[in-house]
Amino acid sequence: MKPWILALALLFPAAAFAAEGHPTLPASQVETGGDSLYVLDGKLTDQDGKEVTLEKFRGKPVLISMFYATCPHACPMLVSDIRKIDTRLDPAIREELQVVLVTFDPDRDSPEVLRNLRAAHEVDKDRWTFLRADHGFVRELAAVLGIRYRFTPDGSIGHSSVITLLDRDGAIAARVEGVRQPADDIVRKLNAMKK
Amino acid sequence: MTRRVAIAAGIALACAVSASAASSAAAAGAPAGSSKAAADAKAPAPKAGDMVKVAAGEHVPVYPPSPEEAVIPMKAFELDRLPVTNRDYLAFVTKHPKWRRGRVPGLLADHRYLEHWKGPLEIGAEADPDAPVTRVSWFAAKAYCEAQGKRLPTENEWEYAAAASATSPNGRSDPAFTARLLEWYSKPTPKVFPKVARGEPNYWGLHDMHGLVWEWVLDFGSTMVSSDSREDGDPDKMRFCGASAINAGDKDDYAAFMRYAFRSSLQGPYTVGNLGFRCAR
Repeated sequence: MKPWILALALLFPAAAFAAEGHPTLPASQVETGGDSLYVLDGKLTDQDGKEVTLEKFRGKPVLISMFYATCPHACPMLVSDIRKIDTRLDPAIREELQVVLVTFDPDRDSPEVLRNLRAAHEVDKDRWTFLRADHGFVRELAAVLGIRYRFTPDGSIGHSSVITLLDRDGAIAARVEGVRQPADDIVRKLNAMKK
Repeated sequence: MTRRVAIAAGIALACAVSASAASSAAAAGAPAGSSKAAADAKAPAPKAGDMVKVAAGEHVPVYPPSPEEAVIPMKAFELDRLPVTNRDYLAFVTKHPKWRRGRVPGLLADHRYLEHWKGPLEIGAEADPDAPVTRVSWFAAKAYCEAQGKRLPTENEWEYAAAASATSPNGRSDPAFTARLLEWYSKPTPKVFPKVARGEPNYWGLHDMHGLVWEWVLDFGSTMVSSDSREDGDPDKMRFCGASAINAGDKDDYAAFMRYAFRSSLQGPYTVGNLGFRCAR
């Protein structure tokens, strides 16, 4: 990124919102407990072709993130980051934890592609769910999770990587932005969710 | 470079526009002639929800996210002639109670959602019914458009349509046009916004693309997602999965830069006093 563009981008939020008194999302949401993602009623389809809503995960702690199957670098790292969090959990909470990965790319990521991807990663089928939704709901979900993405001419998808922890009511409890980042906060909060 | 940033940021601090400046400037600057806009100006007054067709063409973004996207082929699309007004939005929340002030979850709109209205179903004296609705979140704007069988325009569509002056589909090479935009941007936000459609339409027949409020787009801020994240020394190195580099196009179009930067600072639930929207199809 060219330094002067970065400077403009950094200056602008302050300029635009100084008078507005805006909090910076989503940190403030985390502090106030936030709102439940389960108000979103968009339909998704899982790796087995079954239609679900996010509501399905209510009552359990959830790690949710977004990816796409043909992503060369960041997405495999994302899966590996989530597995690392998983291994650091108290067994009692690990048993309950649901991992939800939603694709940016519903056109290419069919249930079959998602199913194969889940098999390739050799993750726990009872706890890991791979989902697709229409483009409109993908945008909404990305917006509530604070994930930016866009399709590029070469067919790849530029996106930020964010792992978000939802509490049992679906409210955002913690998030880690970027891959290979420390996830101590998420691990601590998850372990504290033990019943 | 530092000076450029300072200039742009200084203008950004004002970060608002004035319709009175818009209409007077448009009146002063739009030559009479046989342009599409001039023909449209004689047409009946535009009504809420009226759409115009924006023809296919090539969009040259002022802020191409990668070298491959310096020229973007655009398909034809339709765009609302006017920004959505308070009156239009009142009809929407009347029909869709879940989007009334006080009922929208904080996840989808922050606490200042429609705060300038007198009540959840009453516009009141702080807003003109025929002025653009503002203080609506992206989620709310998206829901409004979908309820009309429409959608929000993409950033490329909006910028492509907004590049038109009164007489040309691309007014960006016209110094008078770009200077006028910056002049608008430097005016403070009025306490109560004026009515829509007071000035002349642009080449496509669109009113108030500039000069009244900023507008939401479907993919706000996504242009900034463009770094080659795996490049050494990039602070965004581990944040993005992507393959392109930011390359500014026409660095003199500060107004467009400001719009891109503003949009990239937004989040879906934000509501802003000078940010409205219109729909596309």
